[in-house]
Amino acid sequence: MNTSLSKKQPMSRDSILTLGAAVVGLVLLFIFDGMFDPFTMQIFKLCAINIILALSLNLINGFTGLFSLGHAGFMAVGAYTCAILTMSPEQKEVNYVLVPIVPWLANVQLPFVPALLIGGLFAGFIGWFLGVVALRLRDDYLAIATLGFSEIIRVLLTNAQSVTNGSLGLKGLPRFTTMWWAWGAAVLITLFLVLLIKSSYGRAFKSIRDNEIAAESMGIDVFGMKVMSFTISSFLAGIAGGLLAHYLTTIDPKQFIFLKTFDILLIVVLGGVGSITGSVVAAIVVTVAMEALRFLDGPLNLGFMITTGVPGLRMVFFSALLMIVVIYRQQGLMGKSEFSWEALSRIGLLPRRASSAKGGK
Amino acid sequence: MDFQTFLQQFVNALSLGSLYALIAIGYTMVYGILRLINFAHGDIFMVGGYLAFYGLSTFLLPWWLAVIMAIAVTTIFGVGLERVAYRPLRDSPRISIMISAIGASFLIENLAIVLFDARPKAFHVPEFLARNFILDGVHIASVSLVIPVVTAVILAFLLWMVHRTRVGMAMRAVSTDIEASRLMAIDVNQIVSITFAIGSALAAIGGILWALKYPRLEPLMGIMPGLKCFIAAVIGGIGSIGGAVLGGLLLGIIELMTVAFLPELTGYKDAFAFVLLIVVLLVKPTGLLGKNQGEKV
Repeated sequence: MNTSLSKKQPMSRDSILTLGAAVVGLVLLFIFDGMFDPFTMQIFKLCAINIILALSLNLINGFTGLFSLGHAGFMAVGAYTCAILTMSPEQKEVNYVLVPIVPWLANVQLPFVPALLIGGLFAGFIGWFLGVVALRLRDDYLAIATLGFSEIIRVLLTNAQSVTNGSLGLKGLPRFTTMWWAWGAAVLITLFLVLLIKSSYGRAFKSIRDNEIAAESMGIDVFGMKVMSFTISSFLAGIAGGLLAHYLTTIDPKQFIFLKTFDILLIVVLGGVGSITGSVVAAIVVTVAMEALRFLDGPLNLGFMITTGVPGLRMVFFSALLMIVVIYRQQGLMGKSEFSWEALSRIGLLPRRASSAKGGK
Repeated sequence: MDFQTFLQQFVNALSLGSLYALIAIGYTMVYGILRLINFAHGDIFMVGGYLAFYGLSTFLLPWWLAVIMAIAVTTIFGVGLERVAYRPLRDSPRISIMISAIGASFLIENLAIVLFDARPKAFHVPEFLARNFILDGVHIASVSLVIPVVTAVILAFLLWMVHRTRVGMAMRAVSTDIEASRLMAIDVNQIVSITFAIGSALAAIGGILWALKYPRLEPLMGIMPGLKCFIAAVIGGIGSIGGAVLGGLLLGIIELMTVAFLPELTGYKDAFAFVLLIVVLLVKPTGLLGKNQGEKV
């Protein structure tokens, strides 16, 4: 690949294209910010949050090959930590009606960004702990153990009333997740993951996925790498959880039931297990489609008859889609391949580059 | 706590544990043969309960006919599910087939919400099962007596079948090595179908008994019992029928006894099973009665 860019060389075509795309993206965001009505804006923000969630799940399921189903739990940790830290003391008093909040949390109030980071770090710490404990397990045992762990977190959140306000949840959180925060975080995290996957760590993750025993014999610290991937993934899930909390402004433990993990899994599988591009595209498509297909839940005009509203039909569609993709197109949208300008010119959307015509390197 | 209360709790725990055991057997058999966590097992359980409900309330069948119909239809449903969702993926990576299982469970739940309605339904308990016995101050619901008996009978039948019949022998062969049993002229697909039929029938029986014990049906009612029973199967040693029963009983007893002795932990009841699971997986991953299968390179 033509990535060796010395300083005096003019910028390669790919860098120019990337820069151009970034500028166009930024301008688009700016236009959207002014143009969208509040409802469209909410969905647009949700896209960004779902991108982060899908990427973090893909890091562990797709790139490291560890089937984890504990994401809802890590999200919950991030969401609750961030929410409790940003709430003002007055707001806390309003919320904690049944059992007063523990004194050491009552007067804490942090700005959004530190709270978000602390939420992510705490989720990452929990992930590290679970990783050290559970990553000795494999395949389905790991899946069921992580699923169990996320349920344990949910039960703890429901019962630790003096800290989390139990099943009453937290209401009236400040609406901090603006479009710039949501998309800024999504873009940053996407870039981070692209670099991570290309780094030696990323290659180590992928080698573990492809063949654990071979990876170990090549001198890779398999267990350490697994724990690291797991920790990063939970950190990102925690960040997404914090963003989600300040996007919804209301959280309660029931939102973080493990079915939430399945929603993210749907995005990852549709996009392609092991493809960053796939996760990003699928997150946007699925989020928009979830809203666009809302009409399925209402009365339908089938031409020859009009059905009464069938709530839930929308989710039937998505679960059926998941089944069809798994059975007939396991690689999902992108398989393991990624977006590149190179690939665009290969399918003829862009003119071929001079250097690739000369024969690669 | 006096002896009477203990006895009362023990009776309750025994009946809950037997119910867990019944469902856990289905998990353990499917896992033993295909190495697949059948995530949809809990949903098959739910379908069984609903079918019995419709048989009784909508079609006004006599209870025995409704039960038989529900079990039969659920069995066909379970076998069909394996055909559609699992068989095409049998040679794919295990993660794919597991995602398929999750997807199937997801689909059945959402279909149930559409078809059966998300609002809970009250299950009509037949007169003769609604009675309560009072024995020495201990209240025993008829259902609590029926469940352990049903489980014991089914356990005896399955043990006989797996260890004494040709089909059982074929099952054990397939669970040891699918390829080798194919070479021995065993029809693997048929054995898998039979396993799913048995598992689904057990799930249906479990679902009906569950509906008798807790007469309230919801489309998502299968999730929690399903997960717990899988955990029971893992605790007992997955792949072993006796282990599933042992795990189910243990789980039922631990759950109810902990709540009885330490009432302040009631809110954490649903977490016990998962804590137990993680502890067992870390200390003895093969479960109490499981055999150790070495990692193949």
